[in-house]
Amino acid sequence: MSKRVGLEISLAIAEAVKLADTDMIAAYPITPQTHIVERLAEMVAEGELKAAYINAESEHSAISLCVGSSIAGARTFTATSAQGLALMHEIMYITAALRLPIVMVVVNRAMSGPLSIWGDHSDVMGERDTGWIQLFAQNGQEAFDMTLQAFRIAEDHRVLLPVIVNIDGFTLSHVIEPIEILDQTELNKFMRTFKPKYPLDPRRPLTFGAFAIPEYYMEAKKQVEQAIFSSKAVIEEVWQEFDKLYGRHYTPIESYKTEDAKILLLTLGGIGETAQTAVDEMREQGIKVGLLKLVMYRPFPIQELRDACKAAQTLVICERAMSIGGQGGPIGFEVRSAFYNHRTDLQIHDIILGLGGRDVKVDDFKVLVKHASEKKPKEYELIGVRE
Amino acid sequence: MNQEILDRLRMDDRFPHILCPGCGIGSAMNAMIRAIAESGLTNDDICIISGIGCSSRVPGYIDADTFHTLHGRAIPSATGVKLAHPDKEMIIIAGDGDLLAIGGNHFIHAARRNLDMTVILINNHNYGMTGGQYSPTTPQGKRAKTAPYGCVERAFDACEMGIGSGAVFVARSTTYHTPHLKGLIKQAMKKNGFALVEVISQCPTLYGRLNRMGDAVKMLEYFKENSITVSQVKEPKDAEGKIVIGVLHDIEAPEYYESYRKVCEHAQRR
Ligand SMILES: Cc1ncc(C[n+]2csc(CCOP(=O)(O)OP(=O)(O)O)c2C)c(N)n1
Repeated sequence: MSKRVGLEISLAIAEAVKLADTDMIAAYPITPQTHIVERLAEMVAEGELKAAYINAESEHSAISLCVGSSIAGARTFTATSAQGLALMHEIMYITAALRLPIVMVVVNRAMSGPLSIWGDHSDVMGERDTGWIQLFAQNGQEAFDMTLQAFRIAEDHRVLLPVIVNIDGFTLSHVIEPIEILDQTELNKFMRTFKPKYPLDPRRPLTFGAFAIPEYYMEAKKQVEQAIFSSKAVIEEVWQEFDKLYGRHYTPIESYKTEDAKILLLTLGGIGETAQTAVDEMREQGIKVGLLKLVMYRPFPIQELRDACKAAQTLVICERAMSIGGQGGPIGFEVRSAFYNHRTDLQIHDIILGLGGRDVKVDDFKVLVKHASEKKPKEYELIGVRE
Repeated sequence: MNQEILDRLRMDDRFPHILCPGCGIGSAMNAMIRAIAESGLTNDDICIISGIGCSSRVPGYIDADTFHTLHGRAIPSATGVKLAHPDKEMIIIAGDGDLLAIGGNHFIHAARRNLDMTVILINNHNYGMTGGQYSPTTPQGKRAKTAPYGCVERAFDACEMGIGSGAVFVARSTTYHTPHLKGLIKQAMKKNGFALVEVISQCPTLYGRLNRMGDAVKMLEYFKENSITVSQVKEPKDAEGKIVIGVLHDIEAPEYYESYRKVCEHAQRR
């Protein structure tokens, strides 16, 4: 029987990695990812999880180790944050290009400098163009579920791409929440054995990491592009199956009280729950506001976004990352281009907040909605910053 | 002397420090500051560079030109500063993870290159800052957060590694032997070339607790009782299970910057 327990979210993720019967875990410690990998080290040592575990000498090595084990046909997991993810950057492209179904939890933390251990999404936005599938969890249950779903998605032969599950540093990773932990027999209905498509095998020699001359490079990239776009249908299929088995519903964009909403907020990750509280309170005052939570960031759900905004006049993007020297935040660019040539009457406000762990409160969303209903959007705005 | 030491610190804006009660890093910092002062160097003559970690917080407490870089990247950053400011006395302070894991490649290559710098390695046998995971110096069998039943991997001997990589001066001391440590740091700074001073230090909060080594005092007593000086080692077995302290290696070899200058002068003379 599945049981609902109060558990630190990092430990619930470790539980999911164990339930998925992962074969290999390689990681280098970094705050706030540490509790996940420490718990896994314990599980492996105690025999709860039959896997290989290695504390690599850096993240560059950790992800390289993962590439190796995944090529050899092992179900592979890693986790990191901020500087660690940046140090993996070189191999991130390669992992996707080699079509390796590695699962990684990124415990989102602000990129240095200034040095900060607190949360925002600047780390993972750097991996935007690598070809990894990316999901954002907003609470512990989602973090647990998505870690399991990630293996199914990644290893599906129609996909074969690595997956990142994003969880906010501290505000999710270190928080204790009631989480339903699926038991193994329940879960076995959902999980599949990993059948690598092209494992290294001495009887059937293969070469990986081939060189592409200009006549081939673009075709190889196009294959990754096609794979990630067609992964969307697979992700939705996996989510439907998950829903049927366990009764928890996932969609690329989660809509909350959007039916008659003139103004919509858009969030990623944990601030979605804060925004939800704000929406409830504003609704009580008769303000027609709704909320969109972007769950699937890669592949970017363009059509779902357009559909979700159909009836709205104003969209307020609330993002925890910024493209310095660009036109605001990475989500802002992407959302605006989704509407370009489609709709010109949607007022899009790109709001950058909560950088480096700056608190994002219920009232902040109320102020944003008030401003958005009174003022024309600027290119973008950084809010809550002292002059 | 004490006032002079305090004047070299950023007492008014950076204290109290972040280190745990009983941590050895403060003792190492104390020895370092005194070594600088006794060498007749002002704070303007020095530059202290670190990576990320508990040990790497030290430069921030010192009123001198300091640079807190990225995890593992103290040495390349220091190399850049030193090449731009060859007159500065370059000191690097690093943890075992910083210097030997993520920054291990920089360490061996800097030693090989032999640019004039002093590296103070604070070896507390684990990753302190991130909560006590095993590091490349965690002894085999000892516990850490990522090795709850003992570390499987063999540990690096940082000094052997420095010698093998080409360092011209290599020495070791502990946080129990602070006057001794101070003397070694003075010698290391004086040496023209890549010098390494390893400081065996206690982390009672993590490594010590996980391995039931007692409090800081107990750990310091262990250092006291288990250290032997280089001259006491008559044959290899004398050193078994001991912390060998003192100057382990001291040779002459051409310093990088000077050698480079000579090549340039030669090339320009032709
Ligand atoms: C690229 C990167 N990976 C991981 C970290 C997290 N991290 C910060 S300090 C540290 C290790 C600290 O151990 P050590 O270098 O031995 O120094 P100590 O804290 O023990 O003095 C780690 C892993 C980081 N800051 N950057």
